[in-house]
Amino acid sequence: MKISLFITCMVDNLYPQVGVAMVKILDQLGVEVVFPEGQTCCGQPAFNSGYAAEARASAKTLLEAFADADYVVSPSGSCTGMIHHYYEDLFAGDAQLAREAKALAAKTYEFSQFLVNVLGVTDVGARFPYRVTYHPSCHGARLLGVKDEPLTLLRAVKDIELIDLPYATDCCGFGGTFAVKMGDISTAMVTEKVSHVRETEATVLVGTDMGCLMNIGGRLSREHSSVRVMHIAQLLYEGMQLGAGSREAITI
Amino acid sequence: MNQGSHVLDRARVALGDDFLRAAVRFTADRLRTKKYAATEALGRWENWRSRGQHIRAHTVAHLDYYLGQFADNVTRAGGNVQFAADASEASQMVLDIIKSKQARSVVKSKSMVSEEIGINHLLEAADVEVVETDLGEYIVQLAKETPSHIIIPAIHKNRQQIKDLFTAAGGENLTTDTKTLAAFARRTMRRKFLEADVGITGCNFGIAESGSVVLFTNEGNADMVTNLPQTHIVLMGMERLLPSFADLEVMANLLPRSATGQSITTYMSVLTGPRHEGDHDGARELHIIVLDNGRSNQLADPKMKEVLNCIRCGACLNVCPVYRQIGGHAYGSVYPGPIGAVLSPVLNQGEQYADLPYASSLCGACSEACPVKIPIHDMLVHLRQRNVERGWVKPAERQAFKGFAFAFAKVGRYKLAMKTARMGQGPLVRDGHIEAKIGPLRGWTAGRNAPTLAKQSFRDMWSSLQGELKTTTRESGGKGK
Repeated sequence: MKISLFITCMVDNLYPQVGVAMVKILDQLGVEVVFPEGQTCCGQPAFNSGYAAEARASAKTLLEAFADADYVVSPSGSCTGMIHHYYEDLFAGDAQLAREAKALAAKTYEFSQFLVNVLGVTDVGARFPYRVTYHPSCHGARLLGVKDEPLTLLRAVKDIELIDLPYATDCCGFGGTFAVKMGDISTAMVTEKVSHVRETEATVLVGTDMGCLMNIGGRLSREHSSVRVMHIAQLLYEGMQLGAGSREAITI
Repeated sequence: MNQGSHVLDRARVALGDDFLRAAVRFTADRLRTKKYAATEALGRWENWRSRGQHIRAHTVAHLDYYLGQFADNVTRAGGNVQFAADASEASQMVLDIIKSKQARSVVKSKSMVSEEIGINHLLEAADVEVVETDLGEYIVQLAKETPSHIIIPAIHKNRQQIKDLFTAAGGENLTTDTKTLAAFARRTMRRKFLEADVGITGCNFGIAESGSVVLFTNEGNADMVTNLPQTHIVLMGMERLLPSFADLEVMANLLPRSATGQSITTYMSVLTGPRHEGDHDGARELHIIVLDNGRSNQLADPKMKEVLNCIRCGACLNVCPVYRQIGGHAYGSVYPGPIGAVLSPVLNQGEQYADLPYASSLCGACSEACPVKIPIHDMLVHLRQRNVERGWVKPAERQAFKGFAFAFAKVGRYKLAMKTARMGQGPLVRDGHIEAKIGPLRGWTAGRNAPTLAKQSFRDMWSSLQGELKTTTRESGGKGK
């Protein structure tokens, strides 16, 4: 099986280690990964700010880069949700592009969604002996409908102590440009989120979107908290190394 | 009201008010928990929502027909119907009725439309005494404020503040105990109900097939308002119709559960026409004023039409993480919260409420909570697009996104832009994160650390990463074959 990696501009430039972890997990699962160079960004920053034409300019690079892909997999429920929820409408003015957008949406998956629903993998053979709490990102859960998949993967991790996050489904306050434009409101939201993370006494916070994790992590670090913030791919990959030998390698 | 200030400025005031924020959180949490229990107990909630969405969409699609049927049936039952194009027409209709009755005092039951047309101030200016009889509305009226929530008008007030307001209004030896406070309000209300010349109510639903007005309340005050004064005026938004009583059954399951987490409100009153021969109670005259005020403009807009499906339950406020932090007044409009951020800019022409659609992280909790499935977060995006199209945005922002479009349209430019940014970030980096004391990033860095751009981007790592992989064959990627 071969997948095309949709890296997202945020992981590409700010958190490349998330992409590396994702690629290595897929590789270990026997999936061939290609990285189409022409991709830039899904266009969400512009789109959510009301700049549809500007969003299209950027989104077109994805239509082109992934035209021939069988599967497109990304480390973000939000960017994947953008493609699923808004692309067809965004390109409604051009029948050809609208068809391409629809086709792209049909083959694009968020990482945990791809593992659980397409590969049928729920246990990657990881061991992670830490107290962990999971923040479900809004766009992954609400725009894309990815709710159980990350938890399915986390529950299968050996020796993990998974603690429910209070008010888990409340937005962390990221919201893209909202976090800058409405900085004070956003900060109030993330401050409440961080107080709930602290209540769990978890040493690790895990999630499926680096936007949210950048926000929560930024606040945790401002409050000098030692909580480690990880993308689910990072946690699973680190866990696979810790759990090496505990499980036969799976190949698809 | 929005007095030219920006939602962020008003939010800052609210964010500094710990009493308000604690009160809002406390009540919103209770409402959420109760709603969850009430919908779980009912079962098949998603099916109920779909049914509700269907009924509302059908009604709005055939609004002209149902309004005609409703008006005919109200007239047949002995009531009087008037259609008001805007707030000032509706107010004038109310004032004309008050004048013709030579009324000196009015009792009101909760009505957001009455807030929309600002009738209380006009009545007071005409030397007519107005008393809000819903407990929450009464508190807000005594505080000379406006409701900060559609269903819980005084959500931002705590017991101590309420006790102080009631004491100032003549209450003696009051405590912060609910019973004591409610008893004072009840004593005050009883006298007002008996003295009032005219009762004004809102309307949760108008039933087209019968011309009935349906009111959901918990305090029984609406029944006093509609029965004791000689004249009853109903203020209703033109979209507030249901075709039949069968549809009301669905809404009676959706509305109270979504609003207050009750399986049904204490009172659900159905009024058809004024008092008839042989009736024991009821007003002698019934006047229904149907308000457009910007609503019909939405009928032709496929992106915004569904806003007319709203049943004013307030569920979106109770789950909204922004409302939770800033409360209702920061929105600066009659309708607060996510639905207010959509309604206010479309019901009012012009730029006045153009800032409200930005007061959302687009998390979608509102759409998920809506009992009639209004895609509120999609509408907020659409309204932001409308602002861009109409030029209601800052030039600097427009330039920034023009720059984004240019740089992100071609991967070569994108790579160059990122390389430049990586080299340029140096002076801003402190202890491994970005510090911005000025400029647009300040909104972020005031409360959070910002990450730095990685020394090497993922795409720069890709070729060496490929060498470490078992499965992946070395190839350039290109079109993703």
